Amino acid sequence: MRAIGIILAGGNNRRMKELSQKRAIGAMPIAGSYRSIDFALSNMSNSHIQKVGVLTQYNARSLNEHLSSSKWWDFGRKQGGLFVFTPAVTAENSSWYRGTADAIYQNLSFLKNSHEPYVVISSGDCIYKMDYNKVLEYHIERKADVTVVCKDMPAGTNVERYGTLKMNEESRVEEFEEKPVVARSSTISCGIYVIRRRLLIEMIERCAMEDRYDFVKDILIRYKNQKRIFGYKIKEYWRNIATVEDYFATNMDFLKPEIRNYFFRQYPDIYSKVDDLPPAKYNVGAKVSNSLISSGCIVNGTVEDSVIFKKSFIGNNCYIKNSIILNDVYIGDNTHIENCIVESRDTIRANSFYKGEDGIKIVIEKNERYVL
Amino acid sequence: MIKKEMIAMLLAGGQGSRLGVLTSKVAKPAVSFGGKYRIIDFPLSNCINSGVDTVGVLTQYQPLRLNTHIGIGIPWDLDRNIGGVTVLPPYEKSENSEWYTGTANAIYQNIDYMDSFNPEYVLILSGDHIYKMDYEVMLDFHKKNGSECTIAVMPVPIEEAKRFGIMITDENKRITDFEEKPENPRSNLASMGIYIFNWKTLKEALIAKADQPNLDFGKHVIPYCHDLGSPMYAYEFNGYWKDVGTLQSYWEANMELIDIVPEFNLYEEYWKIYTKSEILPPQYIAPEGVIERSIIGEGSEILGEIYNSVIGCGVTIGKGTVIRDSIIMNNTVIGDGCELNKAIVAENVQIQNNVKLGVGEELPNDTAPHIYNSGLVTIGEKSVIPAGISVGKNSVVFGITSAQDYPDGCLGSGKTLIKAGDEQ
Repeated sequence: MRAIGIILAGGNNRRMKELSQKRAIGAMPIAGSYRSIDFALSNMSNSHIQKVGVLTQYNARSLNEHLSSSKWWDFGRKQGGLFVFTPAVTAENSSWYRGTADAIYQNLSFLKNSHEPYVVISSGDCIYKMDYNKVLEYHIERKADVTVVCKDMPAGTNVERYGTLKMNEESRVEEFEEKPVVARSSTISCGIYVIRRRLLIEMIERCAMEDRYDFVKDILIRYKNQKRIFGYKIKEYWRNIATVEDYFATNMDFLKPEIRNYFFRQYPDIYSKVDDLPPAKYNVGAKVSNSLISSGCIVNGTVEDSVIFKKSFIGNNCYIKNSIILNDVYIGDNTHIENCIVESRDTIRANSFYKGEDGIKIVIEKNERYVL
Repeated sequence: MIKKEMIAMLLAGGQGSRLGVLTSKVAKPAVSFGGKYRIIDFPLSNCINSGVDTVGVLTQYQPLRLNTHIGIGIPWDLDRNIGGVTVLPPYEKSENSEWYTGTANAIYQNIDYMDSFNPEYVLILSGDHIYKMDYEVMLDFHKKNGSECTIAVMPVPIEEAKRFGIMITDENKRITDFEEKPENPRSNLASMGIYIFNWKTLKEALIAKADQPNLDFGKHVIPYCHDLGSPMYAYEFNGYWKDVGTLQSYWEANMELIDIVPEFNLYEEYWKIYTKSEILPPQYIAPEGVIERSIIGEGSEILGEIYNSVIGCGVTIGKGTVIRDSIIMNNTVIGDGCELNKAIVAENVQIQNNVKLGVGEELPNDTAPHIYNSGLVTIGEKSVIPAGISVGKNSVVFGITSAQDYPDGCLGSGKTLIKAGDEQ
C-alpha cells in the first residue's frame, strides 16, 4: 500500500451524554465485542496500510487500554506499526489539540518522516468496512487533490449534523457545508479522506500559520474551489455514532442477519483486542430471544431484542428488553430494564426497575460490587 | 549465559486412540474442549499462570492443527525474547534417527534444547488433562524437601486405584515404593503424570537409560531414579483434575462445565485459560431460539433449541433443531429440523436438514465397542450427513457421506460408517 493512515479519535461529544464521560468516542463499545475504532483499524490493516497514527486527546485511558498492543490488528511490525499520539508539551507548543488540523500539525513529523506518497484519514467513530485501495485508485485516476468518501442518505434523514456536499457530474465537489442549518443536499461526507502526503503537509502548515485548526472547515471547505476535491460515493453500510440515538441504533443494527453476515462472516474480518473470556453460559431459567450475547456472560433471566456486551451477569428472573448492556455489568435478581443503555462495569442492585419512556435512558449507578 | 530456573516439557505427541475419530486427523491435545478451548490450552495456561515462560512442546502424531494453534505462543503470552514456546518434532540425526518411541525417549532426544536454557529444574507435563495447577507451589514443595524428583499425585477412591500408577509414601510424603496398575493397591495416591526433576538427575537418568527401547517415565526413568536412592517425593493435589482420554470421560468433563457452579470454573478472574481466538463476534440467539443449561462460543448463530450442551465458536444451529446433552465443535453447521441426543460432533461438520442423531435402542458398537459406548454418537471432523438421515446410538460417522451410504435412510445403533480417503 502506498499510503499511511491517520485515525482521528480525539473527540468528546456532548450529544453522547454521559456515555462519553468515561471514554473517547473511538473507544465506544460496539456490537457486543468491539470498540468503534476497531473498524477503522481493521480496514487499514486489511487494506495493507502498514503505518497508522491514532490522534486522541479526550479521556484516552479507555482507548489507550484498548490499543495497548498493536498485534490484534496486525500492526506489531518492524515496518510501520501503530502510533498513538496524545497532546504533548514541546519546545514550540504547549496547547491541547485545538482541532483536527491542529492535531495533525502537532504531529507533523509523523507525516514528514514517512515515505508513502498518500495519506488515508479516517475517524474512529465510524462503523464501516472498506478497502481503501479502491478509493486510492479512484483518487489517482481522477488526479484529485483530495478525495472525500461520501454517501447518499435516504430521503428524510436528518443530515444537519453531518458535513453535506454537492458534486457535479464529474464527481467534483462543488459545495461543502459543515453541519448546515438547512441542508441543500442529502449527500454526506463519511469523514474518510485520501490526500497526497506532501499536499497535506503543505496545507496543514499553511493552516497553522493562519491560526486555523479544523481540517474540514479550514482546509476542505476553504479550498474547495482552488483544489480538485472529488467525492467517492459508497453504497455499503456506514454509520457514525455521534449521538446516543445513533449509538443505540447502530448496535441494534447488528441484530439483523444481513448486517452480521456483512461484518462478521464475509472476508476480511474485523479485529479487536482479545479478552480471553470463557464461552457464554446459560443457566436454567435463561430465556434469550433475538439478542446478541458476548463471551464471558452468564445469563439466568430473560433477554429480548438486546445487545449484551462481554462479561455481564444477568440474575434470576430479570427482564431485559430492547437494551444495551455494556461490558462487565452485574445485574441483580428480579430487575427490569427496558429501552436503556447500562454503562460498563456497573452493578445494578436486585429488584431495580429502569425504563426509558420517551427515548433511550442511560443507566449509571456506580454501586459498589461485593464479590465473594 | 541464559539461565532459567525451571522449564517445562509438554508431551503432546500421542494419538489418543480411545477418542476414536476425534483424533483421526488431529493429535489429542488439539481436540476442542469446553466450547472454545483445545485440551493443550490447560497445561499451557497453567505454565504461564505459574510463571513458567519456557515450554518445549513435543509433537509427533498429526501435528498440523497443534502447530497452527500454538504458533509463536501469542495467546499464552509465550512469545518471548528468551524462551517462550518451542514446538519440538522428532528430527533426523546423522545416525540412529528415530521417532519418539516413548515419553522419556522424546525428552531424551531434546537434551540439547533443555541444556540451552541451563535450567535447575525440568517440569514434565502431558497434554491431555483438564486441570488448573500452580506449578510454582509444586516447585516450592520440591525445593523444601530437597527432592530430586517430585511426582504430582491425587487421592483416588481405593477401588479405582488399580487403573493408575500408585505411589506409596512415608509420613513425610517421601516415595518409598510404587506400583503400576496394581491388583491390590497399597495406597490411593495416583500419579498424575506431572513430574519435577532436578535437571542434573534427569539428564543422568536419560543418558544412562538411553538404549532402553520405548523409554518411558513411569516404567523406566522413575524406577531407575528410585533404585539409585534419589530422594523422591509425592506432591498431593486436591483440585479438579480430569483425564479426558476416553469418549465417555471427554463427554462427562464437558458436561460438568454447564453446572450452575461447575467444579471446574472457567469464569475465575485470576487463573484464566487462554486460547487462540479465531472468532470474535458475539453469538446471536434468534427469536425462536431456546437455550438452557448450556455454554456457547463466540460467533454462533442459534435458531433452534439447545439443552445441556456445549457449543463451540462459529456454529450455526437451524430452525426447529433440538440439541440435547451434546458437544458441537467449532464451525459446524446443523440444518433445520434436526434432533441430536448425546452426540459429539467434531469441527467443520455439515449436518443437513431433518437429521436425527442418537435414536433407537442402545447396541454395542460392531467395530470398536471399547471406544464407542455409553450411548454416544460420534461424528468426525469435516463430515457431511445428508438430509433426513437417522443415526443410532454407539455409532460413528466420518467422512463425506451421501444418501446411498444409508440403506433405508438410517444407520443403526452400534454401526460404523467411515469413508476412506484424504479428500475430507
